[in-house]
Amino acid sequence: MSPKGLLRTAAWLALVLPATLLAADRTPKPSIVIDKPGQCVDDVETMRRAHPDMLKHQRDQTMHKGIRTKRFSLNGCVECHASAKTGSVLGEQGFCQSCHAYAGVTLDCFECHASRPKLASGVRP
Amino acid sequence: MSAEENKGIDRRGFLAISAAALGGVALAPGIRLIEIAGARAPDQAVTNTVRWGLLIDTNKCASGCTDCVAACASENGLHATGHPRTDAQWIRKVELKDLRSGRAHSVPVMCQHCEHPPCVDVCPTGASFKRADGIVLVDRHTCIGCRYCILACPYKARSFVHEEHTDQNPDVPRGKGCVEGCTLCVHRVDRDQQPACVEACTKADHNAMTFGDLNDPKSEIAKRVAQFPTTRIRADLRLGTGVHYQGI
Repeated sequence: MSPKGLLRTAAWLALVLPATLLAADRTPKPSIVIDKPGQCVDDVETMRRAHPDMLKHQRDQTMHKGIRTKRFSLNGCVECHASAKTGSVLGEQGFCQSCHAYAGVTLDCFECHASRPKLASGVRP
Repeated sequence: MSAEENKGIDRRGFLAISAAALGGVALAPGIRLIEIAGARAPDQAVTNTVRWGLLIDTNKCASGCTDCVAACASENGLHATGHPRTDAQWIRKVELKDLRSGRAHSVPVMCQHCEHPPCVDVCPTGASFKRADGIVLVDRHTCIGCRYCILACPYKARSFVHEEHTDQNPDVPRGKGCVEGCTLCVHRVDRDQQPACVEACTKADHNAMTFGDLNDPKSEIAKRVAQFPTTRIRADLRLGTGVHYQGI
C-alpha cells in the first residue's frame, strides 16, 4: 500500500472506529442510584408511570386544602432520592434529572422547589 | 308491625338517645374533640371554622427593630439579589408620624389576609386564592406572573420574583416569574406552629405580635380584640382584614 493509501486508511479508521465503538453509548442511560434502599410509596412500575399524577394531585391538596400527608409529598421524594454525593436530585447523576434527560421531559419542579432535603440543623449549605 | 320489629326500633331509639345524652354531657354543643385538641390531622382539609389573624400592638413595636423582617427572610429564604429595588418583600416596617403632635409609630405591614381580597378578585387564572381558614395565598403552579394582584392590593403586600433562585427552604418553594407575598407561614401554621415573625418577636421579648384564631373566643387574640380598641389599615375599604393593629 502506498504511503498515501495508508494515510487514507488510517484517517478512515480514525473516523469510523470511535463511532462504531461509541454507538452503544450514544444515548446516556439514566443513572438510577438508590442511596437509601427501601420501599418506595408504591411499586417501581407504578412509580415510573404515575409519579407525575401523584405529585400533581398532592400539590393541589396541599396548596388549597392544607393537606400535608407524607406519602406523595415532593419533599418526601427529595429526602429519599437526593444523591449521597451531591446532596441533590439534580445534576447529571441526579435521580430526577438523569431520568428526565433520558426521557426528554422538562423538569420544572425544581425551578421553585428545593432540590435538596432540609438539613436537620435547619442550616442549608 | 311485629313485636320483634318494635323491640328493634326501641333499642335503636334508646341507643340514639343515650349517645346524644353522653355527647351532651361530655362536650359543649358544636365542639368536637379535634377542636379541643387544637391540632388538625395532616390528612384533614382546612375549614372555615378557623379564621387565622394577627394582632400587632404598635405600642410595643420599637422604631428601628426589624426582628420580624429578618425572621421572615430567613424562614422563607428571601435573600438579597443585589437589586434592592426589586427584591421580594413579604413584611416591612413602616414608620408613621403625626406631624402636629409628633407622636411616632413603627408598624410592621404584610399581607393583611383580607376576607374579601382584591388580589383574588382580579387574578385571571385563579392562582391568587383564599384558603378556607382565611390565609390568602398564591398558587405558583397557576400564576402566570401578570402582576394584576400587585396593582390591586392596597397594602403593597405582594412582590414579583425577578431572579432565579436555587437555595429555597424545602417548605417554601419560590422561583422566578411568579408573584408572592406573606403566607402567614402557612407551612408552620399547618404544623401547629406560629408564624416566624411572631415567634421572633416573642423570643426577643417584644411581644408586639399575637397570632391566633379570631373565631375562637377563648384564644388570646380574640380576647384582646374583644377587650381593646383595635384598628385595621384602610378599614374604609371593608376588606375584612385578618391583621389587626392596636395603638394606631
